[in-house]
Amino acid sequence: MKLTREEVRHVAELAKLQLSDAELDEYAGQLGQILTYAQQVQSVDTSAVPPTPQVLPLSNVLADDESQECLPNSQAVKNAPDSDDGYFRVIAVFDDVGA
Amino acid sequence: MMMGDQKATKQLTSLGVAEARAGLAAGQFTSVALPTACLERIERVDATLHAFLRTTPDEALAAASQADRERASGDARPLLGIPIAIKDVLMTTGIETTAGSRILRGFVPPYSATAVQKLQAAGAIILGKTNTDEFAMGSSTENSGFGPTRNPWDPERVPGGSSGGSAAAVAADEAPAALGTDTGGSVRQPASFCGIVGLKPSYGRVSRYGLIAYGSSLDQIGPITKTVTDAALILELIAGADPHDSTTMPVNAPDLSAALTGDIEGMRIGIPEEYFVEGIQPEVEDAVRTAIDHFASLGAEIVPIGLPNTELALPVYYLVVTAEASANLARYDGIRFGLSVDGDSIFDHFRQTRGAGFGPEVKRRIMLGTYALSAGYYDAYYLKAQQVRTLIKQDFDRAFTDVDVILSPTSPTTAFRIGEKVDDPLAMILTDIFTTSANLAGLCGISVPCGFDAGGLPIGLQLLGPSLGEEKILRSAYAYEQSTEWRLRRPVL
Repeated sequence: MKLTREEVRHVAELAKLQLSDAELDEYAGQLGQILTYAQQVQSVDTSAVPPTPQVLPLSNVLADDESQECLPNSQAVKNAPDSDDGYFRVIAVFDDVGA
Repeated sequence: MMMGDQKATKQLTSLGVAEARAGLAAGQFTSVALPTACLERIERVDATLHAFLRTTPDEALAAASQADRERASGDARPLLGIPIAIKDVLMTTGIETTAGSRILRGFVPPYSATAVQKLQAAGAIILGKTNTDEFAMGSSTENSGFGPTRNPWDPERVPGGSSGGSAAAVAADEAPAALGTDTGGSVRQPASFCGIVGLKPSYGRVSRYGLIAYGSSLDQIGPITKTVTDAALILELIAGADPHDSTTMPVNAPDLSAALTGDIEGMRIGIPEEYFVEGIQPEVEDAVRTAIDHFASLGAEIVPIGLPNTELALPVYYLVVTAEASANLARYDGIRFGLSVDGDSIFDHFRQTRGAGFGPEVKRRIMLGTYALSAGYYDAYYLKAQQVRTLIKQDFDRAFTDVDVILSPTSPTTAFRIGEKVDDPLAMILTDIFTTSANLAGLCGISVPCGFDAGGLPIGLQLLGPSLGEEKILRSAYAYEQSTEWRLRRPVL
């Protein structure tokens, strides 16, 4: 199995990764190789088998609805490449829909 | 200890945690002497090994001075004044934390991982941050964005991975012990390659809060140590429910040291013949089969078992872990932290930042996970993998109704050469063949040294236990360790 360059480009776009042409070609081969290997799972009859997304015997772990100490704002934005008055600053979003 | 006295330094750095603790309690040396000796050792050997991404000498020595004062006033916390190395995927307040990725260069966490906080609360001193495959994605530490770590037994070879920095640091006597993380074998396999002990706790045993996420349903933090005793000691201290991690189990930290008796009379040890496959290095198989006979001679009952879905563990692992990784790593967008590369639009900003900041293996895994989760492929890959994961877990559930622990090699080979598998992602994946199932099924596992190959490279055996069965794997590992002498052979550096 080999992915086409277009398929790889589509996945890279979903993952928001800028890839060079050389990377696209390299991943087309390697991802195909790994997917061929992974396809082994498709030979198993799992018609009556539920999925296991996680292994814990726990569900609906809830915390009490009480306010607690949390990270102060100044700490939360401390590592931001660009921040202003306690907010993360990003470039305008709404002009770019579909870009 | 006199500064520059190499023999005294060597004696101090050879100590594990329990030994250092006994020496401190008996007043044989000061706390300050320990990080001083470790830092001298690091200075001498780490230019070759590159186990550390950064050390924190000023903070470590200040903390050690304080520990000495506290001890003088009666403080007897279990790790008081003992230096520990921390894998760089664990957040440490005020200490740069990169997860081995250039995308996080310069990131200084505002809080520490719960496991790190607990070690510090027990008196431990952070010695520095150890190298790792980028975001823990790898089996050799060659995927670090800051250069590979080398194996103390042979610097031309890898230390294993992804906790290769932590394993090399402990094996080379740069630190008495370290924390690593294990998503598919990343504590056990490097411990095996470096001739030391690595323990992966049951999923939910140790809080993942402050562990930079890779595969959230698989990740666990575990100790990398010189002895089984030290692994038990550290796990006791870092285990337990955490309000900051809803996937911790609501059970108290167990008294694991009580399991270290050396008595395994009547213990039932399962041997899965599926794990002795073609492609396993003959010396590894021989060493592990010899170890099985040794366990029998200690009074254990050896029981052949079947784990029929073993072959499917790796493909399931790679689909599950990459899918989870592709979601977890979406947070690296150049806005809240980390590298930021300008683009023409917000989406271009994301693309440029991520394209420039992630290394090749991380991109490959994000791509694979994104593909497995994408429209039209979700059912065939991701959902299917989760269903087969159920079958793998059922194999173990069945086996553990009959046996206490399961014994296998930790890795099919000893440490391979740097560069040997780097261009062949599938060959690299195969080094995890015996370790990933434990993560998929939520089991605990430990790797202990069980021999050396003809080239003098360490071989490790793995003991797997059921969820929350740490007492059993530690009991059996300790009995084996104490009745063999593998731990006494050290690398020459």
